[in-house]
Amino acid sequence: MAAFDFYPDYEVVRNLDRCIVCRVCERQCANGVHSCLEEKNVMLADDSQCVDCQRCVLLCPTRALKIVKSDNTYKQNDNWGKKAINELIIQASTGSVLLSSMGNPETYPIYFDKLVINASQVTNPSIDPLREPMETRVYLGAKPAAVERDDRGRIKNNLPPQLKLSMPMMFSAMSYGSISYNAHESLARAAAELGIYYNTGEGGLHEDFYRYGANTIVQVASGRFGVHKDYLNAGSAIEIKMGQGAKPGIGGHLPGRKIVADVSRTRMTPEGADAISPAPHHDIYSIEDLSQLVYSLKEATEYKKPVIVKIAAVHNVAAIASGIARSGADIISIDGFRGGTGAAPTRIRDNVGIPIELALASVDSRLRNEGIRDRVSVVVSGGIRSSADVVKAIALGADCVYLGTAALLALGCHLCRACQAGKCNWGIATQELELVKRLNPDIGYKRLINLMRAWKHEIEEMMGGMGINSIESLKGNRLMLRGVGLNEKELEVLGVKHAGQ
Amino acid sequence: MLKEGQIRIPSGCAISGIFSRAGQRFGGRDIIKSISIMHERSNGLGGGFAAYGIYPEYKEYYAFHLFYDNDAAKEHCEAFLNRHFVIAQTSEIPTTRTEGVIGAPLIWRYFVLPITTRLSHSLLDEKEYVAKCVFRINTEFDGCFVVSSGKNMGVFKGVGFPEDIAHFYMLEDYRGYCFTAHGRYPTNTPGWWGGAHPFALLDFSVVHNGEISSYDANRRAVEMYGYKCTLQTDTEVIAYVLDYLTRQKGLTLREAAWVIAAPFWQTIESMPEEDRVVYEYLRNMFSSQLITGPFSILVGFEGGLMALNDRLKLRGMVVGEKDDRVYVASEEAAIRIIEPELDSVYWPKGGEPVIVRLEGGNQIGGV
Ligand code: SF4
Ligand code: SF4
Repeated sequence: MAAFDFYPDYEVVRNLDRCIVCRVCERQCANGVHSCLEEKNVMLADDSQCVDCQRCVLLCPTRALKIVKSDNTYKQNDNWGKKAINELIIQASTGSVLLSSMGNPETYPIYFDKLVINASQVTNPSIDPLREPMETRVYLGAKPAAVERDDRGRIKNNLPPQLKLSMPMMFSAMSYGSISYNAHESLARAAAELGIYYNTGEGGLHEDFYRYGANTIVQVASGRFGVHKDYLNAGSAIEIKMGQGAKPGIGGHLPGRKIVADVSRTRMTPEGADAISPAPHHDIYSIEDLSQLVYSLKEATEYKKPVIVKIAAVHNVAAIASGIARSGADIISIDGFRGGTGAAPTRIRDNVGIPIELALASVDSRLRNEGIRDRVSVVVSGGIRSSADVVKAIALGADCVYLGTAALLALGCHLCRACQAGKCNWGIATQELELVKRLNPDIGYKRLINLMRAWKHEIEEMMGGMGINSIESLKGNRLMLRGVGLNEKELEVLGVKHAGQ
Repeated sequence: MLKEGQIRIPSGCAISGIFSRAGQRFGGRDIIKSISIMHERSNGLGGGFAAYGIYPEYKEYYAFHLFYDNDAAKEHCEAFLNRHFVIAQTSEIPTTRTEGVIGAPLIWRYFVLPITTRLSHSLLDEKEYVAKCVFRINTEFDGCFVVSSGKNMGVFKGVGFPEDIAHFYMLEDYRGYCFTAHGRYPTNTPGWWGGAHPFALLDFSVVHNGEISSYDANRRAVEMYGYKCTLQTDTEVIAYVLDYLTRQKGLTLREAAWVIAAPFWQTIESMPEEDRVVYEYLRNMFSSQLITGPFSILVGFEGGLMALNDRLKLRGMVVGEKDDRVYVASEEAAIRIIEPELDSVYWPKGGEPVIVRLEGGNQIGGV
């Protein structure tokens, strides 16, 4: 056999004229790529271990490092690409299921990039957000069927519990365990300061973070990790995780090496042992079972918290959403196939599920056709990369979006997609203390706030351009969108006209 | 060429309204004068009027005004009307040949009541039954369009300058306690009479100046509740939103105004607790009925008139009062031309509804 399976995809390039052999890269790379040949006072690199996380590149004081895509190539073959061949080789060597992380990186269409936004000209003035109020407040929750009045004829507040957000964005579920304590702290503090919510994910809630409960959504997944009465009552809403966009149809797997003492206590699972959440909830084999879980959670929290049901965007997502809307859930959250993950089988991440844009459009249309869109709020995630994507999602019909990958990028993630290894050089997807320390929550939470404020300003600019001064009037306002380069069927599903029409 | 309803046509406009609080009936001359002074705000592609209190002899009946493209459409529609309603009176609406008014459809009027057995079998309340029939005609009957369907009121509209349309319908001869008028400046040629304004459903009629930016959000919401936006105009969707909020959800007109031209959150936050709760509730509960973008509207209804501006007041609207008369128009000149000596003139703030009603309750058609 050969000396190694294949040539590395990425190469570490060191400019020796600049390298001062300070050995920062060596200390920074948890993958052990860099080493020093002391007798010659020169740095070496083992490209095969590099995941291209950019850590060493950005910490090298003389900017001596860069990572480049290898130009080593297999014989040109449009059918058997490099990725297909390399993955097959790994499997032939190891006999195992391939694991990946973060969202589906493949070349499927990105519908957000084929939708363009309207602006006012002549017949209708645009509104300057710097001079006029521009409203982005959103409420999430079910709406009652009828208005009720008291004896004096005054309207009574008969709304079930609602989430109130200063802007239509939240941080999506990322469990403590899959990401670090410092990452969680950054998310929680940012959500609290911004007047939005973050989501605990399926790993329970660390005792230190109970104080951010007013801005917390607690998740209940099939493994029921860390779920107890105080946990359910700690947050402002409860999310039942039925599925995840990155891995529809399967459960979760947090490797034992990430279950350190603190994580184990929070999850209520043994230290060092893999935490595996089953594919289905074993008490939910059908829609009526879901309804029972929704109501048992409501009972446990005295009907004071809205219940969110999160599903992955799959082929019959519209019918499923319609069932959920009738199950007693207050909010439906739909996660598209670009949605991130701390670990998923590669084949599933890259081949199962559908784009969030199409899922959202068909769910919104379906709920409206059935006259039940008001019964629930719709939150979408999995592929939101900018404020423009947020505007497009809302115009397609979402009440709000969840941001996962975008939030991690703000915290330093560079999308190396090696989270499953637990050695995140940016202190995010890791439990190794030395690495976790690299993410300073005092800085992290400010970066999240910066990002959200910047996006909010951009959303306001785009709304003002359309002559809309309140986000409610953008919701489901599909006339504000046009498709570019989409076929009839795609336009029909998205419910938008083609540009020029 | 696509006609109104197959394509969305933005327009600029002029509006005017006159209301007698005492319920005194007066002729159509004043409203014609008022709207024609704003000739510049129209371009001859649409004008129309709504008049209340004009059919006292049939005030218990729904007055259906219909446009037909041809006799076949009329026959088809009349068969439908006969199946669903008792028709007390049928007549062609009198018109007179007028220069500048072309392409008129056949224009007929029916005074009808639902057939009692059909109504009770439908399990709908009477107004819902009538509204459903109107939707069916407008969506399923080619070449037929219900222009108005309220009691003791009617809409007279067409393609032309408003003053020419008034002449065409001989509006001067109608006597009512309330008139509203509309002159239209569409950005291209609809050339279809049904697309002119006012837009009416049951006793609601709406004239509107502006172009709302929330259109599709509002449209998709009301369509969920069974309304069908056949014209794709702002006026149509505003009428449906108001009908939904008041008739289906039981809000008062004032509450409905707070929904569609809601105060900003910063204003709501500074209200006394008791009010704040209600405003916050309405904005949350009816978020899809918020209307943004410029508008000034006049809403005629049985026994009253409401004037409302968008929340930023992006369109002009003036109110003048003299004795029992209330005048509302896009421009003050349109009021002064008919009543130079006003007791008061004011410019309602954005989102502040002006609602006037007949004194002493419902005395429609009286005097
Ligand atoms: S894994 Fe990251 S830190 Fe290590 S060499 Fe590659 S880019 Fe640098
Ligand atoms: S979180 Fe860390 S390990 Fe995961 S993709 Fe981002 S940088 Fe890589």
